[in-house]
Amino acid sequence: MADKVKLLEVNRLKKYFHAGKKKVLKAVDDVSFYVYKGETLGLVGESGCGKSTVGRTIINLYKATSGNVIYDGMNVQQKLSVRDLKKYKKKMQMIFQDPYSSLNPRMTVAEIIAEGIDNHAPGISRERKMEKVYQLLELVGLHSSHANRYPHEFSGGQRQRIGIARALAVEPEFIIADEPIAALDVSIQAQIVNLLRELQRGKQLTYLFIAHDLSMVKHISDRVAVMYLGQLVELSGSEKLYANPLHPYTKALLSAVPLPDPDLERTRERIILKGDVPNPLHPPCGCRFRTRCPEAKAICAEAAPEWRETERDHFVACHIYSACW
Amino acid sequence: MEKILSVENLHVSFYSDGGEIAAVRGVSFDVNKGETLAIVGESGSGKSVTAKTLMKLLPKQNSIIKQGDVKYGGKNLVQLTNRDMEKLRGSEISMVFQDPMTSLNPTMTIGKQVMEGLKRHRTMSKKTAYTRTVELLELVGIPDPGERINQYPHQFSGGMRQRVVIAMALACNPKMLIADEPTTALDVTIQAQILELMKELQKKFQTAIILITHDLGVVANMAQRVAVMYAGEIMESGTLDEIFYQPKHPYTWGLLSSMPKLHADRSLPLTPIPGTPPDLSHLPEGCPFAPRCQYALKVCHQYEPGKTKVSTTHTVSCWLEDERAPKVKKPEGIGGMQRGRQSKIAGS
Amino acid sequence: MGRKPNETPEIPDDMFTPASPGIVTKAETSAAPLTFWQEAWRRLRKNKGALAGLITIVFLIVVSLIGPLFNEYSYSQQDLVRSNLPPKIAGLEWLGFDGTRSSGENTYEERGITANAWFGTDEFGRDLWTRLWKATQVSLFIGVVAAFLDLLIGVVYGGISAFYGGRLDNVMQRIIEVLVGIPNLIVIILFILIFEPGILSIILAMIITGWVGMARVVRGQILQLKGQEFILAARTLGTSNGKLIWKHLFPNVMGPIIITVMFTIPSAIFFEAFLSFIGLGLQPPLASLGVLIEDGYQSMRFFSYKLIFPAIVISALMISFNLLADGLRDALDPKMRR
Repeated sequence: MADKVKLLEVNRLKKYFHAGKKKVLKAVDDVSFYVYKGETLGLVGESGCGKSTVGRTIINLYKATSGNVIYDGMNVQQKLSVRDLKKYKKKMQMIFQDPYSSLNPRMTVAEIIAEGIDNHAPGISRERKMEKVYQLLELVGLHSSHANRYPHEFSGGQRQRIGIARALAVEPEFIIADEPIAALDVSIQAQIVNLLRELQRGKQLTYLFIAHDLSMVKHISDRVAVMYLGQLVELSGSEKLYANPLHPYTKALLSAVPLPDPDLERTRERIILKGDVPNPLHPPCGCRFRTRCPEAKAICAEAAPEWRETERDHFVACHIYSACW
Repeated sequence: MEKILSVENLHVSFYSDGGEIAAVRGVSFDVNKGETLAIVGESGSGKSVTAKTLMKLLPKQNSIIKQGDVKYGGKNLVQLTNRDMEKLRGSEISMVFQDPMTSLNPTMTIGKQVMEGLKRHRTMSKKTAYTRTVELLELVGIPDPGERINQYPHQFSGGMRQRVVIAMALACNPKMLIADEPTTALDVTIQAQILELMKELQKKFQTAIILITHDLGVVANMAQRVAVMYAGEIMESGTLDEIFYQPKHPYTWGLLSSMPKLHADRSLPLTPIPGTPPDLSHLPEGCPFAPRCQYALKVCHQYEPGKTKVSTTHTVSCWLEDERAPKVKKPEGIGGMQRGRQSKIAGS
Repeated sequence: MGRKPNETPEIPDDMFTPASPGIVTKAETSAAPLTFWQEAWRRLRKNKGALAGLITIVFLIVVSLIGPLFNEYSYSQQDLVRSNLPPKIAGLEWLGFDGTRSSGENTYEERGITANAWFGTDEFGRDLWTRLWKATQVSLFIGVVAAFLDLLIGVVYGGISAFYGGRLDNVMQRIIEVLVGIPNLIVIILFILIFEPGILSIILAMIITGWVGMARVVRGQILQLKGQEFILAARTLGTSNGKLIWKHLFPNVMGPIIITVMFTIPSAIFFEAFLSFIGLGLQPPLASLGVLIEDGYQSMRFFSYKLIFPAIVISALMISFNLLADGLRDALDPKMRR
């Protein structure tokens, strides 16, 4: 990343869902970040923090409540012409979490992978299309003889490879990976992560990698953003974030990850957070983390902390690091 | 150490459309009083089936314990009648399941559910049962137990529900707790809370825990002894340090090296285990791991390896341990996470 | 460290050399992949009850079509000389088909009739063999057509309601609730009183409320499918709505639709029989199984054969359809397939 070009910019993105009468679920509440071309941005958080909603709003599966998503200079949350929308959908693809529900059980592998090709290049000949399908299958580590099989004949890891091949079929630039390894076994997770990294190198892809597994996120990401209850709390280079976390939530999250090393586990001190994540329908006023924060002050209940860059490329939203505190 | 449960040569099979599925094939292990034995393995390794067999919770219509003994307090649980087993379940051996959402009855208050076990196994008045339940809920860290005792499961969060499940399991002070992936459905910060709670309670009551998990981090945090399962067999078993710092089986090596390390250099690719786990209804001949093993010998594809004792506590099933086998160095980086410690063990 | 060698002396030493990588590559399972329908058929064949049901249904359909051609009588032809003849089949006298009444006298000999009526005749001398198969034809026709129309309306209605969702779904569901709220017997009776009783009006009366069940099934299925990740994946790939419906949603709801149809057919047949039985159904000389049973019921004590044959056929139809539908449910259940 010699020339850091911002490929995707998310500005003050909000996505509210209506959950019954007068109840509003603020799944994503004022989130801003950007992704450089060719990098991997990890987005971590616990279940229900809104990280998947961010991904789905960026790729236009959901319409944002407010805020902008600017991709390569184009504001994609505005009303786009059909042609622009199609172009955008070709550039951005998604890999899903559940290898079982993400493939249509009534379609063959070839049909699944070719769907994107059909949509974006409808006139293509059958031979060219199948040739491309075979190439993609080999690329993701499967065999071309798998093309006529049905998804249920494959294991979880292989299905995830099919999902990756499907996303790659339209030759995207940007891939949102929504917990792509959460449902897989440990030994298979590493296969998929290595595959994703190889593909990134080979095809100059940019990733938004959504996950809850911090050690995997650290491994694959150049920068990591941490989310809590619909808001970002910290964003920084992955080495820096793990070596020197600023936000109390990041600290607690990092210390809660059990490490596969008995000696370390015996000696290290854990920050164990009290209590549960509050109900997202009624988030606490002020800083949303204050109810569980070991370092909460009086001001934390009064005002929400500002999202600011404390040093170059290290953002944090916490009163401890506010200038006026 | 007092041995309270011992499993010998357990074989369990399922029957389905596609024929027989040999889920557990010759598993043996012991559990001592007050210790935690972790059974690690990937999905389909037979770890959950083993746990359910101990509790006799397998579906009757399509599963069968083909062979083997489960000895507990002078009794063989395999031969026990259902009624005798019911007396044991909950009072001496209890189980915590993976999903706290489905392991509680949604139409009963949590107080009633905790009390149910107490009433069944201990004769006590309604009043003492109630006070005991409040005590239990307080013990597992539920705030305002006096109030929450009358609430329903849906009014609790996932972590709190798992605490209730643990309270139910511990209601009668069982000697043994089988925890089947107790934290897999929970978030990391909640997982840390629950693991801490389990350790604390174990110390207090001297409960033996069989922890079924796929997460080596959880194992390192909780266990004293570890058994690594693959395709229905125990590949390697030993103390925590033996498994993590001196593993002998290529599968254990593979598991350890496919995990990313929080403190490792991220420019290096991970070392995954190639291929996919075998189909349990069509197992390969010889060692079940051989098709995925980069150290496999010719013999591995034809004969199952026997058990080799590396030390009094450390057993491994691998042909590489045979004296005729070529010497193989375990891959770099395993057990080397703390080099000082590693050399200390090697030198001793 | 004290290492105990494995006690397998028969293994030669040269086995302890690294295996050639050729062994490591996993053997490809070469079995041809089964499509969903092939596999469902395989499972259905294993289910003896469902197979028996299917065979019975096919048999009854075939016989009902060719049965009336076996003799010269038509279903409506009256012949008072031949009225109330008991069943008589040459060669099957030992089975009771000997032309004797329950009182013991032989009607054929008394009246000097030589042409046998296989299943007997009714009070107007209409041949019951012909009438029975004609009635089976009519009943099956009503059942199948009613189920098919239910399917058409239900799938379109439920599909639109679930696919577009939001306010439209809300309004469409309220309409369904209103329809369900009206007792359907009243609707049907009013409908038949206003229009002439006949095949068409009975079918119309039945589908006026019958499609609601199908619409609900389809809506539930599509709502469930809409949240699946493969639908989201298709959207991100830029798949059009039409293609989404035909390639992704429809093939996945086919199973439940077929099952619902298979349960609708017997209940439609039965409902028609019920209407005929209470006198709101088809009018003679047109016959349906319900009409025949009604006729037979009137004279059950003297001419029990008039009731027995249509009762057997309708029971066989009901049981067979239900067995087949049950079998299909097991064979098509997505939970069985992973």
